[in-house]
Amino acid sequence: MTEAAIEVKDLEMRFGETVALGGLTLQVARGELFGLLGPNGAGKSTTINILTGLLEPTAGSTRVGGHVLPAQARAVKEMIGVCPQEFGIFPYLTGRENVLLFGELAGMPRRELKARADELLKKMGLDGEADRRVRGYSGGMKRRISVVTALIADPQIAFLDEPTTGLDPQSRRAVWDFILSLKERQRTVVLTTHYMEEAEVLCDRVAIIDHGTLIALGTPADLKAQNGAKDLEEVFLKLTGRRIREGM
Amino acid sequence: MNWQRVSAMVRKDLKGTVREPAALFILLLFPVVLTVIFAVTFGGIGGSGATAYQVGFVDLNASGPAGHWSADLAANLTATQILQIKSYPDNVTAQEDLAVGNLQAVLVIPANFGASCDAYRASPANTSSWVYTSLALYVDQGSMVATQAIPPIVAQSLVRTLESTVSASSSLPITVGSPALIDVAHRSAFDYMVPGIFAYGAIFITMTVGGSFSSDREDGRLRRLNTTRLTPGEFMTSKVVSNMAVGLAQVGLIFAVAFAIGYRPSTDVVGLALAFFLVSVLAVACVGFGLITATLARSSSAATGIAFLFVIPQMFFGTFVSGMAPSAVTASVGRFMPAYYVTDALTSLFLRGVPASNLVVLADLAWVGLASVLVLAVGILLFRKFGRS
Repeated sequence: MTEAAIEVKDLEMRFGETVALGGLTLQVARGELFGLLGPNGAGKSTTINILTGLLEPTAGSTRVGGHVLPAQARAVKEMIGVCPQEFGIFPYLTGRENVLLFGELAGMPRRELKARADELLKKMGLDGEADRRVRGYSGGMKRRISVVTALIADPQIAFLDEPTTGLDPQSRRAVWDFILSLKERQRTVVLTTHYMEEAEVLCDRVAIIDHGTLIALGTPADLKAQNGAKDLEEVFLKLTGRRIREGM
Repeated sequence: MNWQRVSAMVRKDLKGTVREPAALFILLLFPVVLTVIFAVTFGGIGGSGATAYQVGFVDLNASGPAGHWSADLAANLTATQILQIKSYPDNVTAQEDLAVGNLQAVLVIPANFGASCDAYRASPANTSSWVYTSLALYVDQGSMVATQAIPPIVAQSLVRTLESTVSASSSLPITVGSPALIDVAHRSAFDYMVPGIFAYGAIFITMTVGGSFSSDREDGRLRRLNTTRLTPGEFMTSKVVSNMAVGLAQVGLIFAVAFAIGYRPSTDVVGLALAFFLVSVLAVACVGFGLITATLARSSSAATGIAFLFVIPQMFFGTFVSGMAPSAVTASVGRFMPAYYVTDALTSLFLRGVPASNLVVLADLAWVGLASVLVLAVGILLFRKFGRS
């Protein structure tokens, strides 16, 4: 494995009596597209929240881009872009204004920012709607704007938490192309998704976690071979069971 | 501190204020509507609303042998039903009431008025036996109606007193002197309310700040911002700057509306600038109260209700509302309200006409500044510890 962009060792997170993460250990290489899979409440979002400096773990060590969390959270925030599950964009701003806001927060020069915003909005098929307020957007449009705001500053490491949830096939393809273009530029991407075919198409490696522990780690092809499954969804169901889970 | 990030957040917040209908109404339209309604209700529009003019009556003839003549004149003035006569022992006292707008005119009856009337009645046609004298009339120069209406009414009443019937062509030994126009400070109830209305608008910033923090937390926007390079210090600075700007916009709008209605504060440009600054400092305290609101509230809808815990006491003890029923209790409680010091300073500037360098005003500024910093610090501490998730 090449130099690690993310290193997590014995990561524990407890909320009172609830154990959200119970000793998670994994590494993500620089330039890798890494999938974090698991049923609802498995600990995916908790892991991302720790890796982005939003949560301090109960125990364990975390290093992102070579910086130790939480001590060097500021340095980490200078190299990451985050697309959260809940959009995290401002409804009273237009799509373009949201993108420009997050670009300015990332310290991008104005001229470069405007050109890049135009480019990304076009790539996401939002150039025609970019000057409408986000409040009037469909869920899919909000999701795409959220992805653009996360990646406007071309971060070294991108955390995309279910970036294609609620998207139609065309929009999903646009997001996929966008994510793959990041890989071409040697950006590291941590992706969570409930769509197994998405993980199979996009990810170099995937980790399947359940009840806060790592239950499988490898390339989609390796995991399929190890479990005698025809696709990643079969692997997933085999390892995590068919019982429906409630999200946390 | 990165000012590009602060500036981006300030612009974002101001767009939110202008574009969110609820915030726009509470922060900008509501104070304007309130100002207009209060002006209509409490006399800022349409003058005092009086249908009769208050005339001070200084009777220097009363103690003389023909004192009944001035009493007759007073009765005739009252009989017009346009003038209401109020007796004064001397001209100085009457002039004081005229100067502050309690009267529209002062009529001074000279000591020889009775003698003049007697001489006229004894020989109405023998002008050489008349005792000539003149009534002194002072009229509020700011009241166009008073300057136009009161002199002829007094003249008519004088004729009626001497002749029992009015004769326009009568030649009389008594004249009404050219009315002296007096610069009068008009004070309606609205005038006393304006300083408090300035503070009243700003205290609602508490509600919008509490609501926006709560909804940003609910919808994950605070967490999202927390993954960017924006530092907590830059975030809070942007909130303070944007809400100070909202406070300035509020006070500017309220002042513009009040000015258009006819309100004229007794202060200069420096005093006015200080008034604007005081309200913007109060906005800082309201950001602090908003943070405490968001800490206590579990949802944005709950924040609206909880904000009233801070808005109502400020309103009743720190703005014009406390002036409606002044008591020792309201004054004592008011001293714990940042809005109280703003209202007090603005009252000194606008009503008493004290200069901006007045010690009372500067002390008020110091108190509201200190209170704002303290409330903001408490708000930040509580929100960081308990309110972020």
